[in-house]
Amino acid sequence: MKKIELLSGDEALARGAYEAGLKFAASYPGTPATEILEYLAKFDEIDAQWSVNEKVAYEVALGASIAGVRSIYSSKHVGINVAGDPLMTSAYTGVGGGFVAVTADDPQLQSSQNEQDNRLIAKFSKLPMLEPSSPAEAYKMAKEAFDLSEKFDTPVIIRLTTRVAHTKENVETGDRTEIENKPFTPNAQKYVMVPGHAYKKHIALEAKLAELQKSAQQSELNTMQINDKSLGIIADGAAYLYAKEVFPDASFLKLGFVYPFPDETIKKFAKEVKELYVIEEQEPFIEEHVRQLGIDVKAKDISYRIGELSPALVKEIVEGKIKTEKPSTARKPVLCPGCSHRSVFYALKKLKAVVAGDIGCYTLGALKPLEALHTTVCMGASVTIMESLSKNLGHDKVVGVIGDSTFVHSGITGLVNAAYNQAKGLLIILDNSNTAMTGSQPNPATGVNAKGKPTKKLILKEICKAAGADIVETMDAFDKNLQNKIKELMSKDALCVLIARFPCRMIDRSRQSPPVFNKDKCIVCGACLQVDCPAIYKNADGKITLDAFLCVGCNVCVSACKVDALHRAQ
Amino acid sequence: MSDKVINILFCGTGGQGILTAAEIVSLAAVYDGYHTKKSEVHGMAQRGGSVESHVRYGKIVYSPLIEEGGADFLVSFHKGEHDRMKYYLSKDGVDLFADFEDAEKKVQNKKFINTYMLGALSKYLDINRESWLKALEAGFKGKFVEENRKVFLEAAAKG
Repeated sequence: MKKIELLSGDEALARGAYEAGLKFAASYPGTPATEILEYLAKFDEIDAQWSVNEKVAYEVALGASIAGVRSIYSSKHVGINVAGDPLMTSAYTGVGGGFVAVTADDPQLQSSQNEQDNRLIAKFSKLPMLEPSSPAEAYKMAKEAFDLSEKFDTPVIIRLTTRVAHTKENVETGDRTEIENKPFTPNAQKYVMVPGHAYKKHIALEAKLAELQKSAQQSELNTMQINDKSLGIIADGAAYLYAKEVFPDASFLKLGFVYPFPDETIKKFAKEVKELYVIEEQEPFIEEHVRQLGIDVKAKDISYRIGELSPALVKEIVEGKIKTEKPSTARKPVLCPGCSHRSVFYALKKLKAVVAGDIGCYTLGALKPLEALHTTVCMGASVTIMESLSKNLGHDKVVGVIGDSTFVHSGITGLVNAAYNQAKGLLIILDNSNTAMTGSQPNPATGVNAKGKPTKKLILKEICKAAGADIVETMDAFDKNLQNKIKELMSKDALCVLIARFPCRMIDRSRQSPPVFNKDKCIVCGACLQVDCPAIYKNADGKITLDAFLCVGCNVCVSACKVDALHRAQ
Repeated sequence: MSDKVINILFCGTGGQGILTAAEIVSLAAVYDGYHTKKSEVHGMAQRGGSVESHVRYGKIVYSPLIEEGGADFLVSFHKGEHDRMKYYLSKDGVDLFADFEDAEKKVQNKKFINTYMLGALSKYLDINRESWLKALEAGFKGKFVEENRKVFLEAAAKG
């Protein structure tokens, strides 16, 4: 039954995949891709899982395809790096049932550690790529991607960006079509990538790319609109929409099947128009290729490779301008009132520890005024960087900090490495039993799966011991002795893990009474502001205010107060 | 239906119900048959940071983003964010900040301030009452239907 729904790019893509007979889905949470798996997990027809990391997700999803069912992998852009190993070789093996890999890129780093442009992954891996510019297109392309995958025996990448993934639009949805499983027959030449087999597969892959290019040239996903011929624009993704908004009368070649490049279509379009522009976000992916074809084209200044585009910036590009960076005036994000990470960071700050951090809400501990986290590179890098900082700076000065989900993602291997290589020092696992930053997903340490059903629970304490930690202790993150415990473990000549445990406030909404604030005693020294809690702030009148609506009664500010103006409620 | 695209910018801070409000007006526009786009950012920003949602609807909408100086309506839930985002408002645009100040005084339960703001906004938009009420119910996932309806209609009837 046809129905009009308001869907985000993530949801629309997932809906299209569902209707295309999808039976398996795997992902690791990451903005802006998270909602794809969340949407798919609702359907009984789909075996959907949060995998422990993206490499695992990609392999499990590829395995489902080899078994013969339609399967999907999804992650944010940097997740593709983690999945890079199986992804590269899956271009050689090809697929059984249709297999689609979704990358959701984050130009402007709304919630990411870098701005990599994963269109380059298509060229690097030799996999075809589709790129919708809106949710309605994402819905359509998801269906098309499965057909392409099976027709050409290849994984197909769909690339979203934040402005596609998190834009909602009217989408006309329909019913699911059941697809018969492909039979599995052992085929070592196809699925066993030893050098001899892989060499032959590489030869076949180059031929396949040539066929895919023909398909791209005929594809309805690449559309030519000839209007005013004095200005011709080649564009993809959200950049197409910005250009169309600013230059509604221009001629357009809109690329939706972006790789392999539809060379003949590009040449034909270039001949039709007088002045040719490429309008694309981030890297000069299309621009460089059009130049390689020997076509004279105008494109953006290097300065526009940084950040996302907008209609105003597209106008500037065509005017030949250079981008001027404006400092952001947005409020800084902050840990929730009562967040258990705050008490840990406040203790670490007082201990003046050098802290190797990781990816999650707790990365916010790096910002002023806490400033108690000193490195963040990628998922799992707290444990490994802690190992090296400890060895070089002294293990009594260094602490690693990682969340429970991130520890399972790729912290365990680092801990095994630290033990094996005889490192000493302290790793704190901030165990709030939640993957919080991406909007509260379960993980192996929570004992709940993607469908919300109970499952085997990973015991952090035991896996840390098994990995080779000498001392593993667990403590309530709000325990009064937390700071002393951290200090004690830092001074041990051993590899230590402290599991600082308290449920995430996004899940456990229970609250205690706010502290009693004696305004007369307050000298506005600002010590309580150093804990960086949204519930305690300096008012316009210069006085300190405790916001009872926001406060959940964690009392970290009480421990910060030096003049006895704040007390625990009795 | 005119070719004019209506641009509504919502802004404030995390946890104020801004994204829900933007969802409801978008749903109402969809129910009324408009092509609608709503764009916002999830993830880190929701941790008490700035939240903004761009809603555009009309016969056909291309860009998901409103341009600076292009918003027909600015619906803000926070003084600081209002002042910061005001440059998005077009010359003839409507600033609903006075309605927010009203809402803070009149609405007893802070949870319903976003509903009040939708009621205030509804006075200016060419969207049917039935679509609004249907969207309210869908947007709040069937919770507090009567309370929301009451607050909405009260704000919509005012002035």
